[in-house]
Amino acid sequence: MTSGDLSRRRFFAQAAVASVGMTVPMSVEPGAPEADGLVEVAFTVNGKGERLRVDPRITLLDALRERLELTGTKKGCDRGQCGACTVHVDGRRVLSCLTLVATMDGKRLTTIEGLAKGDRLHPVQQAFIDCDGFQCGFCTPGQIMSAVAVLREGHAKSDEEIREAMSGNICRCGAYPNIVEAVKQARS
Amino acid sequence: MDFLRPLTWDEALAYKAGRPEATPIQGGTDVMVEINLDKGRPAALLDLNPISELTGWSAEGRTVRVGAGVTYSRLIGELGSLLPGLAQAARTVGSPQIRNRGTVAGNLGAASPAGDSHPPLLASGAVVEAESARGRRMIPIGEFYTGVKRNALAPDELIRAVHVPAATGPQYFSKIGTRNAMVIAVCSFAIALHPGERRIGTGIGSAAPTPRRAVAAEEFLAGELDWDGRSALDPGVARRFGELVAEAASPIDDVRGRADYRLHSLSVMARRALGWAWKDYAGRGSA
Amino acid sequence: MTSIQTEPRSGSRSGVGASVPRPDGTLKVTGEFAYSSDLWLDGMLWGATLRSPHPSAWIRSIDIGPALAMPGVFAVLTHEDVPGEKFYGLEHRDQPVLAVDQVRYQGEPVALVAADHPETARRAAAAIIVAYEPREAVVDPRRAAFDPSCPPVHPHGNLVRHQPVRVGDRFQAEVVVTGEYEVGMQDQAFLGPESGLAVPAEDGGVDLFIATQWLHVDQDQVAPCLGLPKEKVRLSLAGVGGAFGAREDLSMQIHASMLALRTGRPVKIVYGREESFFGHVHRHPAWMRYEHGATADGRLVYVRAEILLDGGAYCSTSRAVVGNAASLGVGPYEVDNVRIDAYGVYTNNPPCGAMRGFGAVQACYAYESQMDRLAEACGLSPVEIRIRNAVSQGSRLATGQVVDSPAPLAGMLRELAAMPLPGSTVTRRSITEPSSAKPSSAEPVPDLRSLPGGVSQTTHGEGVRRGVGYGVGIKNICFSEGFDDYSTARVRVELLGGEPHVLVHTAAAEVGQGLITVKAQIARTELGIDKVTVAPADTSVGSAGSSSASRQSYVTGGAVKAACEAVRERLDSLRAGDPELGLVELLERFGPVEETREYRHRPTFPMDPVTGQGDSHTQLALCVHRAVVDVDVELGLVKVVELAAVQDVGRILNPVALEGQIHGGTAQGLGLALMEEIQVRDGRVLNPSFTDYLIPTILDMPPMRLSILENPDPHAPYGLRGAGEPPTLSSTPAVAAAVRAATGLELPRVPIRPEDIALAAPS
Repeated sequence: MTSGDLSRRRFFAQAAVASVGMTVPMSVEPGAPEADGLVEVAFTVNGKGERLRVDPRITLLDALRERLELTGTKKGCDRGQCGACTVHVDGRRVLSCLTLVATMDGKRLTTIEGLAKGDRLHPVQQAFIDCDGFQCGFCTPGQIMSAVAVLREGHAKSDEEIREAMSGNICRCGAYPNIVEAVKQARS
Repeated sequence: MDFLRPLTWDEALAYKAGRPEATPIQGGTDVMVEINLDKGRPAALLDLNPISELTGWSAEGRTVRVGAGVTYSRLIGELGSLLPGLAQAARTVGSPQIRNRGTVAGNLGAASPAGDSHPPLLASGAVVEAESARGRRMIPIGEFYTGVKRNALAPDELIRAVHVPAATGPQYFSKIGTRNAMVIAVCSFAIALHPGERRIGTGIGSAAPTPRRAVAAEEFLAGELDWDGRSALDPGVARRFGELVAEAASPIDDVRGRADYRLHSLSVMARRALGWAWKDYAGRGSA
Repeated sequence: MTSIQTEPRSGSRSGVGASVPRPDGTLKVTGEFAYSSDLWLDGMLWGATLRSPHPSAWIRSIDIGPALAMPGVFAVLTHEDVPGEKFYGLEHRDQPVLAVDQVRYQGEPVALVAADHPETARRAAAAIIVAYEPREAVVDPRRAAFDPSCPPVHPHGNLVRHQPVRVGDRFQAEVVVTGEYEVGMQDQAFLGPESGLAVPAEDGGVDLFIATQWLHVDQDQVAPCLGLPKEKVRLSLAGVGGAFGAREDLSMQIHASMLALRTGRPVKIVYGREESFFGHVHRHPAWMRYEHGATADGRLVYVRAEILLDGGAYCSTSRAVVGNAASLGVGPYEVDNVRIDAYGVYTNNPPCGAMRGFGAVQACYAYESQMDRLAEACGLSPVEIRIRNAVSQGSRLATGQVVDSPAPLAGMLRELAAMPLPGSTVTRRSITEPSSAKPSSAEPVPDLRSLPGGVSQTTHGEGVRRGVGYGVGIKNICFSEGFDDYSTARVRVELLGGEPHVLVHTAAAEVGQGLITVKAQIARTELGIDKVTVAPADTSVGSAGSSSASRQSYVTGGAVKAACEAVRERLDSLRAGDPELGLVELLERFGPVEETREYRHRPTFPMDPVTGQGDSHTQLALCVHRAVVDVDVELGLVKVVELAAVQDVGRILNPVALEGQIHGGTAQGLGLALMEEIQVRDGRVLNPSFTDYLIPTILDMPPMRLSILENPDPHAPYGLRGAGEPPTLSSTPAVAAAVRAATGLELPRVPIRPEDIALAAPS
C-alpha cells in the first residue's frame, strides 16, 4: 500500500483484497427484523433524489449511514447530547439521531458529504483545516454542519455568540479554541 | 409498528380516535430518545409534521396562540417580546439543533418534570388547547400535569396549540445546570408579574413529581409588593418569597443533584428573579 | 488505517518545527475518513454482547436456547466457546474473555451473539437466560485494601500493588498541614465508541480492523485467546474516534474475532454510548491523605502520603498507575523526607486503568491542594511557595532519581504569574444579546454567557466572586519502571513517477494527536524529500508501543528518525563510489532503499519494593496552569474565565498541533475539576449517558493563554518532551484552587459539585 486515502470505499478495497481476496459490493441493506409496516419515503440528499422503504423506527442517522452509505455523519451518543450527527434539513441544522427518516418525506437534506464542490472544500471545511479545529475528527462533521448553519443564521458576530451557537457540539479532544478560530475565519 | 401520516388536522384526530395508543411525534426530540434506547416501543407513531397549520402562531387579543409545531428556535426568534419568559426558557432547551426541532407541545406531551417550558407556562397562566374527534377542550396549565411524565390528555386527544397570555409585566426564567450549555435542569424557576391584576405567577421545574406553581409564595408576594408606588423591594420580602417557593417544592435526590440543593437553589433563583423583575417594573414606572 | 499522501512542500516549510496541516485533514472534514464504526463488508454479521447486570454474582447456568432459536441469529457464544486462553489482560491476565462461573462488575461480558441485523443481535442477547446468584459486592476500596475480613474479589486477594516510597527520617517541622482529598471516577468519553470488524481469513486466522492505541499488545492478547499463533491474527488500525487511554485495554477485539471464526462471516461490533461506559476502563478514583511539613519560610521538610486507588474488578494497568502515583506523589518539589504508600486494590466497582495523566493526575490534585494550604499557613503566595520548593535540573526526586534535563519550574511559574489577568466580566455590558431573548428590561443585563450559569440565567452578577488559582504538574513521559519500551519504523525511499518518494510505515496509532503529521515532518527533515506517504498502521511491521504516556513523538518519532538516518547512510554508502551522483540517479541505478529500525529510550529501572528508590522514569515533563474563575457562591455554579499555561516541551515539532494538545489536556482537566464523574453506587453506574455524564462544552472552555518553552532534553530525539498529558494534570488543581480562592472553602474533592459550594458552611 504505497498510496491511498482513508475513505471507506478505499479501505474496503484494500482490506478485503489484503485479507480474504473477495470483492466488496457496497450496496448491502440490512433486513430490518420487522419487515412488515414499512414506510416509503422520498427526499433529496446532497442534491440527489432518494427513495427508501424503511422500518418507521429507523432514525435519519441510521438511514444515512446504513442505507445510503453516507457514513460521514457520526453516531456519538444515541440521544441528542453530542451533536456528531448534525445534518441540515431544508437548510436548518437538526440532529439526525433524533429524527425519524420516515418524517423526511419531501425534505431536502445536506450532509457533510454534500458541502464540498468537487475537490473544492467549503470555506468552513477549509477553515477547520487551516485552524486545526479538530484532532480525532469524529465530532468534526457535526461541528462543520453546525458551523455552516451558524454562519447562515448570522450567529457568529462575537466569540461568545459563536460559543453559544456551537454549544450543541461536543469535542472531547477539546479543540474548542481552534473551532472558534475556524468559525471566525470562515465568517470573514 | 405503524407509522401514521395524516395530512390535515382532522385526519390526525381521526387517526388518534382509531388508534389512541399511537404516540404523536412532532420534533421527535423526546420520543426519539426512548425509541433509540429501545425503552419505549410505541405501537404506532402519529407524524404531525406534515400538518402545516400547526406550525403557526398568532396573537389573539391579549393571548398568543402557539401552534403545536412551533419550534423553540422560532419562539426565541419571534416571540421574545410577547412571551419573554417562555423565550428565555426556550434558549436553554437542549442545543441549537434540538431547538430547531423541539416544541413546547412536545414538552407538554412528555410532561417530564424537568421540561424547560413548564415553569414559564405555569407562571403566565397558559391554557392547553387539546382536541379529539369528540371535540375541543381548553385545559388550564395548572390542571395539565397529573403525575411524573403524565398529563391530563385523554387517550384520543392531541395538543393543537398552547394559549399563552402575552406578557403584561416583566418575566424571568432561571435554571440550574452543572454545565454552561446543553444540560437538563437540576431545577428551574419562572416568575411573571401581572401588574394589571396585581398578581404574581410562578413555576417550579424539576423539583417535584410534576411542574408546579408556588401558590403560597405568589399570594404572599402579591400582597407585599408596592404595585402603585413601585418602591424598592424589601429584601426581607424577597427572601421570604424565596423560602415560600422552596417550600412549595418536594424534590428528590437523584443523579443530577441533591434534594437539599434543589430547595436551596430554588429559593435563591426565586429571590433573584423577583429582584430582576421588580427592578424592571419599578424602573419602568416613571415612563 | 492510515495511508496518507501528503502534499509536496519544501522541506524547510513542512519539516520538523512547522505548523504542517494534518495529512488526514481533508478526509476528516469531508466525512470520508473511515472510523472503525464506519466499516462495512458484504455479508457481514453484527455482534452484540450480553453483560452482567450485577456487580458481583455467581453464574449458575446460561441458557442460550432462546437466542439461538431466533431467526437471523448465526451464533451464540459463552466462555465455553473461547478457543484458547480464557483470560487476558495488559499487566496480568486476570480478565475473562467471557465470564466464567462468576461476574465481578456490572457490565462484565457474559455471552455473545452474531446476527444479520444489529437489533436482532441485541434482542437475541437479551433473550439469553442467565441464572445469577448475587453475592456481596466489595465496593469500599478502603475495606478492600486494609480489612482482612473483606471477601477477596480474586483468589489472590484484593491488593493489586502497594508501592512505598521511603526517604529520610525527619518527619517533624515548624509548619504542618494535613488534608484528605478525593478524586471521582472520570471517563475518557471518547466520541467514537468501541467498534471494529473481524474478517475470517482463508488460513484459519482472522483480520481485525480496529480502533486501538496499540495494535501489537492487542495482538499479544487476542491470539492466545483464539488459540491462534500471532501471525494468524493480523490487525490493522481503523480510524480512531479519540482514545485518551480507554483503548489501551481490549474491548470487543476477541469477541468479534470469536464470532467471525465461528460463523465464517465478517462480524462487526459497535458499542452504543451506554455500552461504551461499560466497555472500557476509567480513571481510578482516589482517596488520599497528605501531610506536609515545612519550615516557617515555606521550605518543604517532609511529605507523608497515603494514596488509595480503586482499580475495580480487574487489574488492567493498575500496577503502573500505582507506580506513577507513588513516584510522582510529592510533585515537582524538592523534599528530603518522604513517606508515601500508594495502594491499588480490586473491588467490584467498574474496572479502572489508563486515562490521560495515568496516576499522576490524582496525586497532583492532592499535592497541589496541599501546597496551597502550606502557602496560606506560611503566609506566602501560591506562586512563591511553589518557587521556593521547585525542582530544577540536578534536583533529586523522591525516588532518588536525579532530574537530568532542564526543568525550569521556577521560571515557568514566574512567567505564568506575570501574564496579564483578564478583566472582570460582571460589569461588562452585553452588546450581542439577541434582541429576541432579551428580557423585558430597560436596563442592560450583563452578557449571560460570561456569567456562571450562562444563558440559564441564574445570576445577573449577584453572588459572583472571582478567584485565581495555580497548579503545577509533573508527568513521566514514556513507559517507566524497566518496561522494554520501543518503537519500530520502516522507511523506504523510491522513485515514483521519476521523483524521490518516502514511505514511512509504523504500527503506531494515530488517535487524533497528530502523530502521522509528525512522522512525515521528521522524514522530510531527515531525508530532504518533500513527498512523504505514511502507510496504514498494521501488524505487518514491528510494534510501535502504545499511543499513550505522551510517548509517540518521542519513541516512534525516534524510530522514524533512526530509520531515516539508516536510509541516509545507505544512500551515502551507495553513493560512495560516485559522490556526484544525484538522488534520482542513485535510486534509478540501485533501486529502492529501505531500512527498518527499532528505537528505545534510555532504560528505566523498577522502583525498589520497600523504599521506592530507582531511576524509574526516562523523561519528566512540566506544565503549570493559572485558572481564573467566577463563582456564584450562593448557587455553586462556576464559569472558568481564563486558563493560562506555561509548558516546556523541549522542542516544538508542530506548533499548531502542540497547542491543540495543550487545549485538549486542559479541557479534560477542567472537566475533572467541575463536572465529570461516573457516579457509582453499590457497584452500579448511575449515569452511563451523555445526558448525565457531563463533558465540557465550548461554552465551558475559556480562552487560553499559552507560553511554550523549548529547553531541549539532550536524551530525546530533537530534544523533544512529550506534551499530551502534563496539561491534564495541572489544570484540575488550578481550577479547584481558583474556586477555593473565590469561595474560601476547602473543597477537598473533585469534581466540585454545586452543592459542595452552595451548601457548605463558610470556613
